[in-house]
Amino acid sequence: MTYLLDGNAIAGDLFAAFGREMTDVVGKCRNCGTASVVAELCVYARAPGAVARCPICDAVVMVVVTIGGECHVHLPALELQEPA
Amino acid sequence: MARAALPGRLNWQLGRVVDTIQQTHRAKSLVLDLPNWPGHRAGQHVDIRLTSDDGYQAQRGYSIASAPEDDGVTLTVDRLEGGEVSPYLTDVVEPGDEIEVRGPIGGYFVWDASLSGPLLLISGGSGIVPMRAMLRHWAAAHPPVQVRLLHSARSLDDVIYRDELMRLAAFDEADVRIALTRVWPEGWRGHRGRIDREFLLGAAWAAKDQPRIYVCGPTGFVEAAAAALVENGQRPETIKTERFGPTAG
Repeated sequence: MTYLLDGNAIAGDLFAAFGREMTDVVGKCRNCGTASVVAELCVYARAPGAVARCPICDAVVMVVVTIGGECHVHLPALELQEPA
Repeated sequence: MARAALPGRLNWQLGRVVDTIQQTHRAKSLVLDLPNWPGHRAGQHVDIRLTSDDGYQAQRGYSIASAPEDDGVTLTVDRLEGGEVSPYLTDVVEPGDEIEVRGPIGGYFVWDASLSGPLLLISGGSGIVPMRAMLRHWAAAHPPVQVRLLHSARSLDDVIYRDELMRLAAFDEADVRIALTRVWPEGWRGHRGRIDREFLLGAAWAAKDQPRIYVCGPTGFVEAAAAALVENGQRPETIKTERFGPTAG
């Protein structure tokens, strides 16, 4: 079963992976060009990892998987902008 | 107080449960003593990790219910039937126990008393938890900002922090409005039914008053409330949302 959440739900894993708070970072979808803060991404967290989709075009923009206590983040279509 | 953790520093630490408080028949607060706590902002959460004897781990996020000004870090956990983590936290954990915690986490769904504008909080069920941190922060810092809480629960008995919310409503600058969706007591003068577009029209400040809006609850509740706010003319960029669902169990 998958259930729609948002980027707040993966904030801890993202912090652990990036070494900083990520929910307020803006990411640009490479599929449709929409800029959203990470907290507003659509997150499906019941898969073996978490899948984040663009809230506008639904493209998979980020995949987060924890293996052996280590968090791996893949960004297939998200351009993270440098924090202000 | 260090507001932001240093880069790369989000380590698991053992927190000792110093008190537990039954809030409703389903929700229980755990007061934690965390020796390495850098301080938090109202609206942030922590992750909790449980490890079974065979090494299997389950991890969930829980909003912080206490204000930055409060002693200790309080979490309020809603017991989800069949959940992997919440029944353990509400039914098994006792004062003196230790649990693994990392945090504080979150830089988006946060409110600070230095921010301008009226503050509009809209919550469903245990979505009240981060709002409670914001309300307590508001009461402690007491900025010249009006605050209004619109909270939806199934029945009056399901309203977490009910007594505290009633005390808060006694402030001139604070307004608490409760919507009961399933059962209401005889003579109930609050809203009956869900928080919908009509209710929000009467209860939310107009967009020209530039409210800062926070919405937290189950996904369906958040989507409906946020959509109704935008239909009523609120600017999407003033609305911050946090959703939770069965994975929070």
